[in-house]
Amino acid sequence: MGHLGFFLGEAYRALRRNAAPSIAAVVTIAVTVLLVGVLVPVLAASGSKTEDVREQLELKVFLFKSSSQSEVTALQERVEGIPHVETVEYVSPAEALRITQEKVGDDSLLDELNSNPLPPAFNVKLDSPDNFESVEAALQPPDAAGKPQPISAAIDEINTGGQQTEQIREVTGAVKILLGVIAVLLAIASLFLVGNTIRLSIYARRREVEVMQLVGATNWFIRWPFVIEGIVVGLFGAAIAVGILFLGKVTIVDPLSDNFALVENLNTIPFGPLVTALAAGAMVVAALGSGVTLRRFLRI
Amino acid sequence: MPESHPRPSRPPIVQLKDTTVVYPGGHVGLERVSVQIDRGEFVFLVGPTGCGKSTFIKLLLRDLEPSAGSVMVAGKDINEMPKNKVPQLRRRIGTVFQDFKLLPNRTVYDNVAYALQVTGSHRSEIKRQVPEILRMVGLGAKVHSYPDELSGGEQQRVSVARAFVSHPPLLLADEPTGNLDPETSIGIMQLLYRINRTGTTVVVVTHDREMVDKMRRRVVQLYDGRVIRDQAAGLYTTDESTSEFGARVRAELGVDEGGPDHRDDGLDEDDHGLRTL
Repeated sequence: MGHLGFFLGEAYRALRRNAAPSIAAVVTIAVTVLLVGVLVPVLAASGSKTEDVREQLELKVFLFKSSSQSEVTALQERVEGIPHVETVEYVSPAEALRITQEKVGDDSLLDELNSNPLPPAFNVKLDSPDNFESVEAALQPPDAAGKPQPISAAIDEINTGGQQTEQIREVTGAVKILLGVIAVLLAIASLFLVGNTIRLSIYARRREVEVMQLVGATNWFIRWPFVIEGIVVGLFGAAIAVGILFLGKVTIVDPLSDNFALVENLNTIPFGPLVTALAAGAMVVAALGSGVTLRRFLRI
Repeated sequence: MPESHPRPSRPPIVQLKDTTVVYPGGHVGLERVSVQIDRGEFVFLVGPTGCGKSTFIKLLLRDLEPSAGSVMVAGKDINEMPKNKVPQLRRRIGTVFQDFKLLPNRTVYDNVAYALQVTGSHRSEIKRQVPEILRMVGLGAKVHSYPDELSGGEQQRVSVARAFVSHPPLLLADEPTGNLDPETSIGIMQLLYRINRTGTTVVVVTHDREMVDKMRRRVVQLYDGRVIRDQAAGLYTTDESTSEFGARVRAELGVDEGGPDHRDDGLDEDDHGLRTL
């Protein structure tokens, strides 16, 4: 890269003297980055919401009230040893009652009852909701007759949430796929948009490229200024978009998030890294776009 | 001027052997053409439109590859060299075209400098050589003009300067005077003649019969992709100075001195400028 100074000069000259196509490319990139910059946090927020729902799914193992302390401790250890089990939390009857009371929101609940009817239980958290079946099977392997048989006499019932779990899993899975598809389509659309704009600005200069080849310029000698030009165009476009994003964040999102818990989710992706990634992405796409488009005109 | 007399020990600068070019679609550009051009020669390539003149130029630049036969430049078959060596080949061949092919968004200086920049020449070298060659072609005062501010004759001079600034052993001119009036044309031919006198082989494609007849140089005539005449030089005296040459051609063509492009200095002061090159 001993020619760096020369290439920078060439890129500067091209930008100055081809102002109109350059501005078109800058604006296209700015709009695209803006679009991505708004949609990525929105997608991430809805993604994290569904993830929250999935995380809340857990296995409940109800125990007999008569189980001894040692039985419970032994069982807890065994459950913890099952693959894909993350945590096993013991919920005593007293605790269960307190949680129920909280949910119902009525202190008089206990007064109606003479004694606590709730059994002790384990809340079993899994690494992923997709592993429900395997953990369930490990808790009650089928016996010779094929009927599920609990691994401990202390287990009364295993509640996997059944149909509900299945439904939540399906819905969240579908949402995840949908978000992924939208993100991929968006990325492809941006690439084409930016690529096309750059192609247009290079097409206007294809005769120049021809002349350069004629006097013996190597392909890379011709290409470097175009790549640098692409980086500069990407940088400008990204800068404009980031400016607008920042303005939007300060004037719209920040005041709202003080009042609404929902909007808070938009901050799942920190502004700094998001902006850095967008700017870097814009530059790489613009530079690659320039370099690749040029290939068509560089064939000898 | 050590190269002005071709030395037999060195291979001819251009050698086509049984070269045939068939374009996609079946049109035959050249058919079994064998031509040899020695170092230091000045050759006209003439013939009607579509006879294969431009095909000939494109072959030498490896803008085209022959369907059969070989194209040798300085003893090397250029179609055997790898593609990434093509720029090196083109740096050793100066080219001048009817439509000038200048870079529109560069000054005269930058256009000429580009031919040196591609070779990786040093800045100081460029700063020394470019003004010198521009003075030689008579554009010393137009260094900072852009092509669209120049007349056709001036643009062609820039193009000649660019072709010659790296002192290539071979210079190809494809209808260099096609867009120019007669007086301006003589100025350009005079420049090419002068360049030839430094030892550079010059090949000029033209259909200007009158100019060719007056120039008294070797003429290769093409018709329908074949060589139908190859008339060697030597019938006339070849040892004219550039100004003698210009005066004679002007007189014979009946062109008045002092035409639009004639005011240029440098050209008519004989060959001082070039001797230093």
